[in-house]
Amino acid sequence: MKEYKTVTKIAGPLVFVEGVNDIGYGEIVEIQLPSGERKKGQVLDTQRGLAVVQVFGTTAGINLEDTTVKFLGETMQIGVSQEMLGRVFNGLGEPRDKGPAIIPEKRLDINGAPINPYARAEPRDFIQTGISAIDGLNTLVRGQKLPIFSGSGLPHNALAVQIARQAKVVSSGKGGKDQFAVVFAAVGITHEEASFFMRDFEKTGALERAVLFLNLADDPSVERIITPRLALTTAEYLAYEKNMHVLVIITDMTNYCEALREIASAREEVPGRRGYPGYMYTDLSTIYERAGRIKGKEGTVTQLSILTMPGDDITHPIADLTGYITEGQIVLGRDLHRKNIVPPVDVLPCLSRLMNLGIGKDRTREDHRGMADQLYAAYATGRDLRSLSAVVGEEALSATDKLYLKFADVFEKRFIAQGTHEDRTIEQTLDLGWEMLAMFPESELKRLKKEFIEKYGRKHRKN
Amino acid sequence: MGILHRISGPVVEARGVAGARMYDVVKVGNERLTGEIIKMAGDTSTIQVYEDTNGLRPGEPVETTGEPLSVELGPGLLRSIYDGIQRPLNVMAEKGGAFITRGMSANSLDRDKKWEFVPVAKNGQSVKVGDVLGTVQETDVILHRIMAPLEGNVQNIRAGQFTVEEQVCTITGAAGKEGKVIMMQRWFVRKSRPAAERFDPILPLITGQRIVDVFFPIAKGGSVCIPGPFGSGKTVTQHQFAKWSDTQIVVYVGCGERGNEMTEVLTEFPRLEDPKTKKPLMDRTVLIANTSNMPVAAREASIYTAVTIAEYYRDMGYDVALMADSTSRWAEAMREIGGRLEEMPGEEGYPAYLARRLAEFYERAGRVRCLGTDENRTGSVTIIGAVSPPGGDINEPVSQNTLRVTKVFLALDASLAQRRHFPAFHWLRSYSLYTDTLDNWYIQNVSSDWVELRKEAMALLQQEAELQEIVQLVGPDALPEKEQAVMVSTKMLREDLLQQSAFHEVDTYSSMKKQYLMLRNILRFHHRAIAAVEIGVQLKRILELPIRERIARMKEVPEEKLSEVDALGGDIDRAFDSLGASK
Repeated sequence: MKEYKTVTKIAGPLVFVEGVNDIGYGEIVEIQLPSGERKKGQVLDTQRGLAVVQVFGTTAGINLEDTTVKFLGETMQIGVSQEMLGRVFNGLGEPRDKGPAIIPEKRLDINGAPINPYARAEPRDFIQTGISAIDGLNTLVRGQKLPIFSGSGLPHNALAVQIARQAKVVSSGKGGKDQFAVVFAAVGITHEEASFFMRDFEKTGALERAVLFLNLADDPSVERIITPRLALTTAEYLAYEKNMHVLVIITDMTNYCEALREIASAREEVPGRRGYPGYMYTDLSTIYERAGRIKGKEGTVTQLSILTMPGDDITHPIADLTGYITEGQIVLGRDLHRKNIVPPVDVLPCLSRLMNLGIGKDRTREDHRGMADQLYAAYATGRDLRSLSAVVGEEALSATDKLYLKFADVFEKRFIAQGTHEDRTIEQTLDLGWEMLAMFPESELKRLKKEFIEKYGRKHRKN
Repeated sequence: MGILHRISGPVVEARGVAGARMYDVVKVGNERLTGEIIKMAGDTSTIQVYEDTNGLRPGEPVETTGEPLSVELGPGLLRSIYDGIQRPLNVMAEKGGAFITRGMSANSLDRDKKWEFVPVAKNGQSVKVGDVLGTVQETDVILHRIMAPLEGNVQNIRAGQFTVEEQVCTITGAAGKEGKVIMMQRWFVRKSRPAAERFDPILPLITGQRIVDVFFPIAKGGSVCIPGPFGSGKTVTQHQFAKWSDTQIVVYVGCGERGNEMTEVLTEFPRLEDPKTKKPLMDRTVLIANTSNMPVAAREASIYTAVTIAEYYRDMGYDVALMADSTSRWAEAMREIGGRLEEMPGEEGYPAYLARRLAEFYERAGRVRCLGTDENRTGSVTIIGAVSPPGGDINEPVSQNTLRVTKVFLALDASLAQRRHFPAFHWLRSYSLYTDTLDNWYIQNVSSDWVELRKEAMALLQQEAELQEIVQLVGPDALPEKEQAVMVSTKMLREDLLQQSAFHEVDTYSSMKKQYLMLRNILRFHHRAIAAVEIGVQLKRILELPIRERIARMKEVPEEKLSEVDALGGDIDRAFDSLGASK
């Protein structure tokens, strides 16, 4: 272990140490301040004679004369154990509740390693969230990464806890033997938001099977780079070595990206779009890609990240790059929220790329795909007509068009809206779809196979 | 031997590397990680490392291999899955477990497997570079041709079981120089493989996707650009092209994309039966997977690895389709490396050489006469590149520079995707510059009225866009009946012809015959509807015709029952006759 007292420059969260020789890239350092306080940091750039250290936390109190920098000779690791379930940690993985320190069963590099695409197994177990907008139209499967794109002031947290509370696998046929766990990473959220999650986990008993990492809004922003990685390393351990089905909830990824930008600008890097670093896509992928199933392993990691789109702009780099990596997105809409639709899921820009793997015969129901397509097409038409009728008046529309207009309203009020505590089975969701489609003549139902109209739709139709 | 001087992310600096040359491959550090020299200044070589650099220390050794980055070419490529620098992922998974850890290495081609070599050339025969020496049945459907790497006289050629490293013959050159020939050869990835002659694009690549084959045909040896925002169906389109296009070989490169998507390809392709050969599609596929979280420098290399393998099969005389998903991630890898080199950035931070690199890559597409004595051996590489523009706005460097060099532009549209109109190609914004050169083929092989039908359908869709603008202002009822009838026909074109479900067992692929019949029927309906409205038949009565339902279900009619679709033409006539509307 090497100690140096040769700090020559401090800029933002970065500390420059001279006279060093063979410091490893990514190595963890411990900094002792003149006051005796200790801080941790990580090597960002190393060369003969100089190492640049990124400090976790503020650099306040560090001076050039008598600050000691100790290089620990290893990259950032976390000690993991099954005992972590039911515990609360801070953003650096130290216990935040009053419980004892964790005795690690294993120490793991928090950066993980990419899963070999050949070793991945195709995600295919349908997760029933009990929410029609998700189950019916944007089905979530085990091993998927599906973020929630939200905006400031929208109830994304309520949706996330509802999913965490209601999520179950119905088709696996193994009964209730599967072990579930929730790993929750708070990245720069407020105390109030964090206690909302804690309260709900406690109330439903989910806390016992949850591991919480909390980096709150007033915690150092640099730690935000670490927190999601600690959570994912823990999740991978529980999934791939302890055979658990882990749901990882990370909120809010926007704060993570802000921290990334802060560090990049402190390093005086060439900025990419809107000041975010050019490698943000690659960096985000090292978080989001840590979800999936692995051949020969029982457990799975499913990721549900929440991000608030600045200005509700889905083309903002954070939302944009996320959408290119994740397997779809659930988008919340302000209009629906104003109309008091709960949850306010705006299904048109939503997508689940792995949906087809989890639905259909033997998984959900054979009419699922056609039903989802038909509902989408009808609702999209209805929404278009809504804006048209605002210009030309409803009277100018044809009889069929008026049907679509009516459908859009009914769809929002009955299918999307369901409140935070209604848990619908997939059959209920699909039957509800048939019930609403009954208002259309059969010639309009082009996306549905004739046999399914007979089998499932007939009983809801008048003629 | 040189030593490491500085490490900062995937780019490192080394000093004193003896014999270093630009673009040579070097081994970095105690774990001998693979890297490539990308900049030299004085004694310092800057190296992009193809693996994770965490934990590397200044002072560790760096050694050059003296060779530029190359791929191994030979039997065994098909059915393989490689990373960006051609390391076999299946072998690595068996050796190293589910996660890719550092410093792993494995031969690209299996060194132990014996292949049955059947000589074609005779002893004493003189051969040119590219001539077929012998063949190997690589998979059930593909005959791998072993080509002469040099000119001269063939000696000692023999049939039998050989590994890729065992000698199959000797070629004695003009100067009496003797060359041992093995079945494997190496090729530098950044250099294109030569061909005897390049041809004009006069043969279409039939994809079975109606909007493409009807309106925006792709030529064999052509280049295609598919830009689109996330969720608009780029990947599904790429998969559809890979599954159904009439090429013998598919090279699919997942460049900086999702891991689960590659898994989908890996599980689906072996299961999927090729409609022509009835064998698994995997038997004629090479996969390159460098997912987004795998090292960024290897992502940069993956595109070159893929196109070199594609050219190799082209040289055997095969038609090859190269799917690159996505070239934006490739460009971003260049940007990331450029940023680490502290290069002066061009537009949006991309390096100034972005346009040149893109052009070089797409120029490696083409239909060619292969090297060798046989004048009739032709092959092609068709490049279909997906582009992921930020925010879906194609007014950005990667899309724009790609559009300058590609000939087919398939514009994916987010609003179409949102209403689940798939494939979400916008029919008015997409284009194909091959339409005119391919017309001849369509007239000869599909139907003599093909070109007229296509032009009429496109004109109708154009007209619809204009009518839509009026409708937005005054409502649909304000249009005259005749124009309302046009809107009925164009809705049919959009929904019953252009929309095509990749997940419907029949609809997923349409033969040219079927595409023609569908187009013809819809236009026949259109003609009869217009004629009927003109003599005073109410549009309402036309809308009530049950025949419309049958037109909508044409797409679900299997290929072996095409006569039903053909007969529908007459039924349309009869339906209109029953309305009392004469022709």
